[in-house]
Amino acid sequence: MSPSSDKSRVDHAGGAELFLERAEHLAFHDRRLWELREKRDQQMHGIPEFQELRELASAIKEHTLAKLPEYLEMFERNALANGIHVHWAQDGEEHNRIVLDILRSRNARTVVKSKSMVTEECDMRPWLQARQVEVLETDVGEQIQQFDDEMPSHIVVPAVHKLVRDVAKTFSQAYGTDDGERDVTQLVAAQRRGTRPVILRADAGMTGANFLVAETGAVVVCTNEGNADLSANVPALHIVSTGIEKLVPRAADLAVFIRLLSRSALGSPITQYTTQFRGPRDGGEMHVILVDNGRATRLGMVDFWRSLKCIRCGACMNTCPVYRRSGGLSYGGVYAGPIGAIIQPTFDPDKFSALPFASTLNGSCTNVCPVKIDIHDQLYKWRRIIAEKHYLPFVKREALRMAGRLMARPKLFRAAMKGGNAVLKGLPRFAIYNWLNPWGRHREVPAPPVETFHDWYLRNRKPQTRDRGQPDKGQPDQGDRR
Amino acid sequence: MSAREAILAALKVNRPAGDFPLPDVPSFEEAYREPSKLFPERLALMGGTMAALQPGEDWAGLVRRLYPDVRLVCSTVPEVEGTCRITDFATPQEAQYVELGIVRAAFGVAETGSVCLTEAQLGMNAFPHLCEHLLVLLDPAQVLPNIHSAYRRPEIARARYAVLHSGPSATADIQGVMVRGAQGVRSLTVIYV
Amino acid sequence: MRIGLAIPCFIDAFHPEVGIATLELLERLGQDVTYPLSQTCCGQPMANNGCNGDAAGAEALFVRNFAEFDAVVMPSASCVHHIRAHLDAIPETPAVRHVRDRTYELVEFLHDVLQVDAFPWARFPHRVGLHNGCGALRALRTASMSELGEPFFSKPKALLEKVSGIEFVVPERADECCGFGGTFSVSEDAVSARMGHDKVWRHFQAGASYVVSADSSCMMHQQGCAERAKLKLKFVHIAEILNGRGA
Repeated sequence: MSPSSDKSRVDHAGGAELFLERAEHLAFHDRRLWELREKRDQQMHGIPEFQELRELASAIKEHTLAKLPEYLEMFERNALANGIHVHWAQDGEEHNRIVLDILRSRNARTVVKSKSMVTEECDMRPWLQARQVEVLETDVGEQIQQFDDEMPSHIVVPAVHKLVRDVAKTFSQAYGTDDGERDVTQLVAAQRRGTRPVILRADAGMTGANFLVAETGAVVVCTNEGNADLSANVPALHIVSTGIEKLVPRAADLAVFIRLLSRSALGSPITQYTTQFRGPRDGGEMHVILVDNGRATRLGMVDFWRSLKCIRCGACMNTCPVYRRSGGLSYGGVYAGPIGAIIQPTFDPDKFSALPFASTLNGSCTNVCPVKIDIHDQLYKWRRIIAEKHYLPFVKREALRMAGRLMARPKLFRAAMKGGNAVLKGLPRFAIYNWLNPWGRHREVPAPPVETFHDWYLRNRKPQTRDRGQPDKGQPDQGDRR
Repeated sequence: MSAREAILAALKVNRPAGDFPLPDVPSFEEAYREPSKLFPERLALMGGTMAALQPGEDWAGLVRRLYPDVRLVCSTVPEVEGTCRITDFATPQEAQYVELGIVRAAFGVAETGSVCLTEAQLGMNAFPHLCEHLLVLLDPAQVLPNIHSAYRRPEIARARYAVLHSGPSATADIQGVMVRGAQGVRSLTVIYV
Repeated sequence: MRIGLAIPCFIDAFHPEVGIATLELLERLGQDVTYPLSQTCCGQPMANNGCNGDAAGAEALFVRNFAEFDAVVMPSASCVHHIRAHLDAIPETPAVRHVRDRTYELVEFLHDVLQVDAFPWARFPHRVGLHNGCGALRALRTASMSELGEPFFSKPKALLEKVSGIEFVVPERADECCGFGGTFSVSEDAVSARMGHDKVWRHFQAGASYVVSADSSCMMHQQGCAERAKLKLKFVHIAEILNGRGA
């Protein structure tokens, strides 16, 4: 089911709970992604200039975003001079229309594509399929997700939430392989055998873009399987879908990102294929579609524009202890994990209002981000906006308002503490541990102590301070220095 | 207003305030003292292999030794005569049965074990991806220190298609199991010559 | 130097022994410590949920209580981080600035300000797993962060090393978050508990008899998980060890 058509609020906690019940899937998911984090760390230790590269990458991206219109025009100029057709799309619908127009004008009915998160944003595949265009994802992970009619759950390893047996089942339906197959090599071979003929007879190939180089008018695509290079070079028509923020100014800048991307994503020095498309192939045609889809608006958000630096490495997902235990699908949108939690609310702050709260604000994501996006600070800021716009669940909102009032009045607070503890002491176990008390579902509740610190202090020390519980008469309620 | 105009206008209005200078990018090459010595190590990490002509062995012998079951060999280099030339194929579809492709790389990169292939070396862009195996001739004097060095090369600046090919195709998308040989070449072997 | 002792609400209610140990320790070190009676909370729970307006009353009260002191010491990193980095529901007057600039977490205060080099009264002959809460680690930088590959340093460990008999064990994923996260522990209780269970299990597997931390909130959560799983693991705040508990 396409997520964009479902407007109801995403229940991350509910989705996570379902994921947590599948012990074997959870264990693999958590272990595998932590392993990618560890491999990233190993790469980092092998490059003394790693932190300098991060600083350079961040500065290059901020510079480029601050001059984005100029760099886009430069890219367009140079791409056109290279013989590439350049198109602009304000939103997903416009992007899909442009793709369809290009395909129809060349009588193209079958498309093979490699991974592009932008095309997921645009919900392109179902849109094209409804208009009699056959589209096959060729990337193994994306293809599995296509066959299962699910979004990719991770931007680099789209089917990481699945085990071999799930894939075997999917491929048995798609390719007629044995659903008891547990040899991954055989499944990969089956995918190769099944996909190659489709590539060979496809009318068009679509790819995404990892980077666009303004000074050369080049598109750079970083992949591992070879399907992007096949999809782009076998059919005579190559269409690139890209967000407008993918620009870097110079080839020299590109080097910084190439050195950081795969190290951050998978802990390998580089992807197996780092490809430059700077013009159509002999006998071929190349198009680039520059997609806005909310990016220009996001650029104007003082607290959130830096999320546009993202190079889609997924390192934040790999390190996030919440993401690893909830799975990407629980985020209910194109982008999951920490980056998803700060991007998705720009698409729909109500629908994705739970995402910035699916976090302990631990800050690990910010530390691994190769372009130094202040992810956990943005999560904090999103919470304020969501609270101010009244997207918080009613019960939570009211509880926090009451807590705020209580915390402002020491005498009330003390009374509540006394009352609370007394009640807690007197309750039988079944009353504490039930579905109404989320703390107690998976944990023991702390035993209330004999007395609070406050009471202990009153008994054991001579209180020295004046009562500052109320502002003094005639003084403003803001804590002036005496 | 066209989409182009609307997007550019919005970007201009929403431009972040402040100074964001473009930094100079150092070369970081000092750490790579003997690139041609480091290259085989990094190539192996990426799943590729090095090979060499054995004493008394000719190219045909080497191909027979390394690829005993291969019959359709397409060479784009003068040193090796294959069973066909790339110019024999008018379209990628016609080239789909080639089992072994032999090419010369424009240069190599020590940091990542990469070889650079462009349309100038390939003749047909899809060719190195359709084969089962790739044998790459590489002049050891053309092994560069790192990626920064690679992007300064004129071959990349000139090329319409250029790939830094680092080991054979691979995927670990199914339960994290690494498989060498996904949809592109199953093996990538480099010979210093 | 007059020190104002700020005791987080959850320590006041559930772990008074941590407040007592903090007070006694500072007094043992010859410090002039006062506990303002009308304190409640620093405003963090409301602010962390985006309800900044609802935090204003608590924040104003905090500043009124502590503006008169030369330093404010608090045995909780997340609270201290909130005071230093946020506390912006109220206008920034000189008093507010004063409090924000002079609030310290206990470990930082002992290590950086008092520079304590010995705890002769302290003895803790046990194997301990040191847990650095994410607020202490990444916000207050009391130890090196694994993500950055920086040279190793640890203020809490440097203090604990001066305690006779103590033995450290290091769990796997030593600086992975334990999952407390404030109201996260309730609104995402399933994920939170899973993270907590994983954390305590790793400490147990590393051979810890005790988990020690400067953050009671993390430990409350971990202890709840350990008890539910019937793991033989005990929890103690760093203030208690440094103050001589178990000696």
